[in-house]
Amino acid sequence: MAETVNESWKKSPGMFASLLAPPTLFLFAFLLAPLFVVWTYSFGHNEGLTEITVDGTFANYAHALNPLYLSILIKSFAFAAFTTFICLAAGFPIALAITFAKAKTKSWLLLLIMLPFWTNLLIRTYALMALLRTQGYVNGFLHIVWNGIAGVLHLVHGPALPAFQPLDLLYNNFAVVLGLVYVQLPFMVLPLYSALDRLDRSLLEASLDLGAGHLRTMVQVVLPLAMPGVASGILVTLIPSVGAFLTPDLLGGVDSQMIANVIERQFKAANDWPFGAAISFLLMYVTFVAIALQSVFAPKKEARS
Amino acid sequence: MLDRDLFPKRIGRKLGRRSLLSALGATAIGVSLEGCGKPVVRGPNGEEAKLNLYNWDTYIGKHSFEWFKDKTGVSVALTLFANNDELFSKLRAGNPGFDVIVPTNDFVTRMRIADMLTPIDKSKIPNFKNLQPAFQTAPFDPGRKYSIPYTWLALGVGYRKSKIDGVPNSWKWLFDSDRYKGRIAIFDEADDLVRLAAKYLGHPGTNIPVSLLPTIEAMYIRQKKNIRVFHEDNGQDLLLAGDVDIVLEYNGDIAQVMAEDDDLAFVIPKEGSLLQSDCMCIPKGAPRIDNAHRFINFMLDAKVGADLSSTILYPTPNQAVLDLMPDSYRNNPAIFPPPDQMKNCEYSTFEGVERTRMFDELLTRVRAA
Repeated sequence: MAETVNESWKKSPGMFASLLAPPTLFLFAFLLAPLFVVWTYSFGHNEGLTEITVDGTFANYAHALNPLYLSILIKSFAFAAFTTFICLAAGFPIALAITFAKAKTKSWLLLLIMLPFWTNLLIRTYALMALLRTQGYVNGFLHIVWNGIAGVLHLVHGPALPAFQPLDLLYNNFAVVLGLVYVQLPFMVLPLYSALDRLDRSLLEASLDLGAGHLRTMVQVVLPLAMPGVASGILVTLIPSVGAFLTPDLLGGVDSQMIANVIERQFKAANDWPFGAAISFLLMYVTFVAIALQSVFAPKKEARS
Repeated sequence: MLDRDLFPKRIGRKLGRRSLLSALGATAIGVSLEGCGKPVVRGPNGEEAKLNLYNWDTYIGKHSFEWFKDKTGVSVALTLFANNDELFSKLRAGNPGFDVIVPTNDFVTRMRIADMLTPIDKSKIPNFKNLQPAFQTAPFDPGRKYSIPYTWLALGVGYRKSKIDGVPNSWKWLFDSDRYKGRIAIFDEADDLVRLAAKYLGHPGTNIPVSLLPTIEAMYIRQKKNIRVFHEDNGQDLLLAGDVDIVLEYNGDIAQVMAEDDDLAFVIPKEGSLLQSDCMCIPKGAPRIDNAHRFINFMLDAKVGADLSSTILYPTPNQAVLDLMPDSYRNNPAIFPPPDQMKNCEYSTFEGVERTRMFDELLTRVRAA
């Protein structure tokens, strides 16, 4: 199939070019050109309140590299890495379960995974806040259970329970990680599912027939074969998590500032676009390095298999 | 025609003027699409019978647009912004078509410096005389050449009476005490936080000496463990929902939730606070300047202003409006704090980008500490 496509575009380059031109133009005009403008800002400075002069200065990058902003960047990566780890740990069994579900159930399960995308992130985050707040639904439920237990103890003349203390579920780092996992989990499950779904089932049978247990089959056969899915899952979970700003803004407490919150403030409250551009691109350079590293390691695995 | 129930009172109370929900801009889309595909209707002044208003959320009278349309035939399309920074960012690259905007006084200064405002022709604003004399001029706009006052507001302490001992009439309870540990929310606005801290430490809120900044920073870092959240101007919601018991907020926002919950109250601390004034301005490049003047004049009308004030519960600078308002508004201590609370208050002033940046980085350091 791939070869026929290759041949046909070599035969009719005009056709190929005319098909490729619109998306390429779109990409240039609406993604690369604006990005380029922001990139040039990162080498400029403010002139008055609204003008930016691009003079090739590295002062913004120098400022962005001071320990304050580096520590926030590292903290953001820590948040994102933790989120990605939880997504992977929770997403792998989910993806596996969907893979082995019956065809009819499978499409329902996939629909459930994609359902959250139909609601705006802001609304989902507010919904999460309604659940987690001091007098929210989770604490309300716990309160009822607590009172129930206290009532039973009272009936059997057991010890009296102290008054219910609501849990602090919102406005802390726990809420931020929970919110990020909630948002990112589908992005982890879908690539894992597509990798696992293509897996040759006979390999599993062979492994089991040859005496490997279920766990060993999972670790030594399934996991290595699903590695491309795991890698792309990690990438599409990690990168947006590092750049999350709405979640830490709404769910976070005093210690939940992430790098994207700092960037947002540069473009709004601090009105320092060149500096904001420099931190954004610093983040992007780091991301590029991560992707480059991944592609350096990926071919080796292909060669081995 | 706008239905009365389009702006139910409940929404006006629940969401603050600067609520983050306004980021959705749902109302804006709903209203602005209305005009699509219809032929251009021109009014007697030769301008299209339309006006683009860029305003805060829940910051317009229940009947404002309906009455304006009845009177002038001009329909208003409302777009919402969540804070001044958003307004400024949107207009700094050029006016995308707004006729009237409602920035706060320090941003009036900023936009004046950046040459983003059109002078207002006061001969077209006969209702200007309705304003109280004190508001007919302002330190940030002498003679009111570019800005017409819409409301004024004061930062203060909103609190839940049953959970707080007495009246928390000092900034100490928010900034410098562990008495209400974990039940405090303060505003995520670097500029306000630095200026209020300076006032707490006995300095004026303007011309803060740079040598004082490390003290302020150390105080906030120390206080961080006692603060539950830096809020995004939804302090009144946090208070109403019981997430916190004491917040830094605007008087009008707290007045709105006080109407819902008797246990809430508002006070301006004895060290004094920052006043602000939201103003109607015409941005440079406004496509319908005459309609803009008509709208500004219309909003200063006594009856229209009374509708506005009774919807949003912010203090009015308009004497004619005040004369029409009931005692429950005029004597509400949250809306009009008593003179002894007002005497140490001052307008927040824009003092240049360098200061803005310095204050912002201070708060970034506090939050990262």
